[in-house]
Amino acid sequence: MSAPNKSYDPVEVEALKPEEIERMRDEALAAFAAADSLDALQEAKVAHTGGTSPLALANREIGALPPHAKAEAGKRVGQARGAVNKALAARQTELEAERDARVLVEEAVDVTLPYDRVPSGARHPLTTLSERIEDIFVAMGYEVAEGPQVEAEWFNFDALNIGPDHPARGEQDTFFVEGPEGGTESGVVLRTHTSPVQIRSLLDRELPVYVICPGRVYRTDELDATHTPVFHQVELLAVDEGLTMADLKGTLDHMVQSLFGEGMKTRLRPNFFPFTEPSAEMDMVCYVCRGESVGNPDRPCRTCSSEGWIELGGCGMVNPRVLTACGVDPEKYSGFAFGFGIERMLMFRHNVEDMRDMVEGDVRFTRPFGMEI
Amino acid sequence: MRVPLSWLREYVDLPATETGRDVQAKLISAGLEVETVEQLGDGLKGPLVVGQVLTIEELDGFKKPIRFCTVDVGQAGGTSQAFSTGGGTGEPQEIVCGARNFAVGDKVVVVLPGAVLPGGFSISARKTYGKTSHGMICSSDELGMGDDGTKGIIVLPPETEIGKDAIELLELVDEVLDIAVTANRGDCLSIRGVARETAIAYGLPLRDPALLDVPGPNAFGYPVQVSDPAGCDRFTARTVSGLSPEARSPIWLRRRLQKVGMRPISLAVDVTNYVMMELGQPLHAYDRGLVEGTIGVRRAGEGEKLVTLDGVERKLHAEDLVITDERGPIGLAGVMGGANTEIADHADPENTANASTEVVIEAAHFDQVAIARTARRHRLSSEASRRFERGVDPMAAAAAAQRTVDLLVLLAGGTADAGVTEVVAPSAPNTITAPADHPDKVAGVDYGRETVVRRLQQIGCDVYGQDELIVTVPSWRPDLLEPNDLAEEVIRLEGYENLPSTLPKPPSGRGLTHRQRLHRRVGRVLAGAGYVEAPNYPFVSEQVFDQLGLDADDPARRVIRLTNPLNDEEPALRTSLLPGLLGALRRNDGRGSHDLALFETGLVFHPREEQRVAGHLPVDRRPTDEEIADLNAVLPEQPRHVAVVLAGAREQAGWWGKGRPADWADAVEAARTVAGEAGAELVVRVGQYGPWHPGRCAELVVVADGAERVVGHAGELHPRVLKAMGLPARTCAMELDLDALEQVGDDTPQAPSISSFPVATQDVALVVDKPVPHADVEAALREGAGELLESIRLFDVYENDDQLGEGRKSLAYALRFRAGDRTLTVDEASAARDAAVALAGERTGAVLRS
Repeated sequence: MSAPNKSYDPVEVEALKPEEIERMRDEALAAFAAADSLDALQEAKVAHTGGTSPLALANREIGALPPHAKAEAGKRVGQARGAVNKALAARQTELEAERDARVLVEEAVDVTLPYDRVPSGARHPLTTLSERIEDIFVAMGYEVAEGPQVEAEWFNFDALNIGPDHPARGEQDTFFVEGPEGGTESGVVLRTHTSPVQIRSLLDRELPVYVICPGRVYRTDELDATHTPVFHQVELLAVDEGLTMADLKGTLDHMVQSLFGEGMKTRLRPNFFPFTEPSAEMDMVCYVCRGESVGNPDRPCRTCSSEGWIELGGCGMVNPRVLTACGVDPEKYSGFAFGFGIERMLMFRHNVEDMRDMVEGDVRFTRPFGMEI
Repeated sequence: MRVPLSWLREYVDLPATETGRDVQAKLISAGLEVETVEQLGDGLKGPLVVGQVLTIEELDGFKKPIRFCTVDVGQAGGTSQAFSTGGGTGEPQEIVCGARNFAVGDKVVVVLPGAVLPGGFSISARKTYGKTSHGMICSSDELGMGDDGTKGIIVLPPETEIGKDAIELLELVDEVLDIAVTANRGDCLSIRGVARETAIAYGLPLRDPALLDVPGPNAFGYPVQVSDPAGCDRFTARTVSGLSPEARSPIWLRRRLQKVGMRPISLAVDVTNYVMMELGQPLHAYDRGLVEGTIGVRRAGEGEKLVTLDGVERKLHAEDLVITDERGPIGLAGVMGGANTEIADHADPENTANASTEVVIEAAHFDQVAIARTARRHRLSSEASRRFERGVDPMAAAAAAQRTVDLLVLLAGGTADAGVTEVVAPSAPNTITAPADHPDKVAGVDYGRETVVRRLQQIGCDVYGQDELIVTVPSWRPDLLEPNDLAEEVIRLEGYENLPSTLPKPPSGRGLTHRQRLHRRVGRVLAGAGYVEAPNYPFVSEQVFDQLGLDADDPARRVIRLTNPLNDEEPALRTSLLPGLLGALRRNDGRGSHDLALFETGLVFHPREEQRVAGHLPVDRRPTDEEIADLNAVLPEQPRHVAVVLAGAREQAGWWGKGRPADWADAVEAARTVAGEAGAELVVRVGQYGPWHPGRCAELVVVADGAERVVGHAGELHPRVLKAMGLPARTCAMELDLDALEQVGDDTPQAPSISSFPVATQDVALVVDKPVPHADVEAALREGAGELLESIRLFDVYENDDQLGEGRKSLAYALRFRAGDRTLTVDEASAARDAAVALAGERTGAVLRS
């Protein structure tokens, strides 16, 4: 490489003098800084970076320089143009941000406005609570079984070891269906429990049978705050080899834990039902006070009336006579069953104070329950 | 069963500190449902004493007759002057009294100043009716004693000692357990039975009140002839003579009857009731002077009649078991005695002359089923029938008769006649054979043979055998019939609370069925569309079908009726969801919710063409498939329906603009939504049906097995229906047979092939006569456009007689064409559109709008 020609001074070219280039740069920077709108910046841009801007013109002069001077002049102009472009971009960004901010502020709305154009619908909590319970057992391998609501007495009573003269038959407050020609004998009733579905399941299904039977049932109680003649039950039936009362207890414990949380448990108290032997009433620990309100007048519990336990329903080991009536060998198979009312559970699980609220179809009652509970 | 703790303690030596609540907890754990523990005399505080009325001054001039009395209360007297509760001066007490059922010389119960009666009623001397009353003469009500039949103040027997503490005398402080006895435990409808359970629960010995010395039967007892040993396997008759007509039930006996909830009546009746409560054996006392000849037990003759003690004349049924004398029936066996041999009331002064001085006592054992049927047939449930239905200890009959005799001798000065009649049909005790580990297998607990045997012996069983136990159950437990019954006894005595918690392992399940998933989906999709679920009772009146405007021969008018409806106005079961759902809509509207969209899914009920009585299949074996099918064929058809009703605004007005009222189209759309979930092709066409507006009713149709089937209707309801049912204007409704939709539905949608070539859009506006339904035009366009048509959408309906001509309307459709393998040319798309328009023209008379 040859040595630069030190005899030529680019400064002598007016436009390429260092101080001249600095001035052009500074003027450009000042113009950008002074531009207070995107339009003004556009004008400044044309003036200071366009084809006829001083720096562009100065750049052209470089070509006329002797080779040894080009590099230095080029470097000087290039640096100045770089600084100008950078400042322009920065200002551009700044002004755009300002503009955006202003416009978006102008476009702001009141996001607290309601939008209840189509009021929300909801499913009835009796439906969704029943489904929730079904799902717990479906997850364990049970299947959901259903049956008719107008049912033959044989299914509703006889097959369940409630013979025609059994005292329990009179205690069921049964709705009877009128017979042919308006007679009183039809042999048909509105089912008083979902237990006939258990019979149908045992007759229809292959053993072992693990079913959950939800549905509407009927008893001749007048509607009041704690009774309704039309209500809902969920019953469970398991028939297999070697099932025990301990299995019944474990299944109940699992259910209340699934519905009410860890640590929940159940309690069995001896009772009598014709279709189970042994039979029991089942209670669950009060899920609100967990029994801590008992004997503790300072912390009364409304949910369990400070009893510590909440009555759930009845259960027991399937009476061998029921198995026999369904053609299941009681020597080989045993089973357990339980049943309880959904209305009652809805009352204590969701603080429903009056059962009438569940049957009147008032939208104000049902809406808060949404799609699932 | 009400059980006074004081009575219970007579047979079990409970620790003195044990309260009613303690006993309650023990018995509940053993399986007796003790519902409440009533605290008798809670808060009661003396002085409460026996007094004798010395003088009575009638005070006139008040609204009711008032008496001013002086009463000798012994040493307790004079307390009013001292205002203290301590001993008084012995002066007579001045007391104002409003009751009139007492006379000078009567012994009465007097509460003195300073005392507190049940309910926190404090007694002090006070001015009333112009006198100062230093206390009160008490009625049984005021003392919390229950009904004693006097309807006034208590008049005590003349021999009662003046000044005696009446709290103790009348046993006013006690605890009463109220037990809901289950249908299998007839033995616990007695103090004896509950005492036995209590003794077992506490591990204490029982003093069995039925363990009495009873003379054996002999030939000179009252003659009894049992002609139906199956209905009556035991009949004991005893006679007592020389009863004093003046004898009355002593206070202790009356009090015990009151505490168990019975009303004292007369000595002989009170004694039989008392022994029934004590031992559980129902008894009957006949006035011997009114019984003619041999007492018999037989089934009634058809047409025979009997006036029972309640004064009702009953026409007997040939199955009714009756007690007879030579004239005919004198009692409905095990249920209620007859009026013709009724014991006269000794205490009734007008009747003393007729009062029985000789009685025949019956202690019999009747068949459970026979008594249950008779009680049900005559709608006559008595204390006796309740016990026989649930099982009475047959071996207690003789003891109960003896106890009755003893009490009559003791309390009425009678003489027990030597004659003892016992008619007994021989029967073996009930024996159950069960493996010794059967309770273990039922419970899932390793109790072991020793525990099992010990527990069974505790309840009174005789147990033999090693691995196989031979268990003879006690006579008072006729409910123990099978191995599982024994297992329950062992498990409950070992404590249900001690059962472990294990989980069985069911086989893998298949999840919800198609049908079950559909029911859930329908609920969700309707709720998502803004409908609120409102399940209703299925009870309807038949007038509702008139309100709904159904034709006289509409199949929906054929209903199932109940013989015992809750409300006589609504004896039928619904054949449509609309009556209930519209009722819910009206109720909401009345409560101020006017913009309503409700839905319900549920069963409706249609009787079979041929109506039969459902038979009773056997229970000792599985019924055959034919038997089951035959039984099912009697049941009504019970399809599941879905319905919606709408009123008011479907879309609310708001800051976004105007609202929109619910209309027929919402109802039809709900049907389409449901059908979509079911995967069913729903044909919507113009229809006319009862409840709906004749011009705004869609008939909903599916094709099943090649045949069209109407599965429901949707639209706006008829104004006449709205008026008849009191519904808001323009109420709309939809109802569909969900089961029918499910049957034709396709559960597995097929994926379409998605073309990535560009779409060619063509809009057409067609003019047709107004009655031509859009559905027909669209169907023709769709068919005519051929397979290049991707979608078609009606985007405008326009009516203008000036522009379109009278009776014409314009339907504007957007047609989208696309091919799977190429970009369509304009000519191809236009040709398809023209073909579509041509076919629509041919089918519906549609012409392109110029």
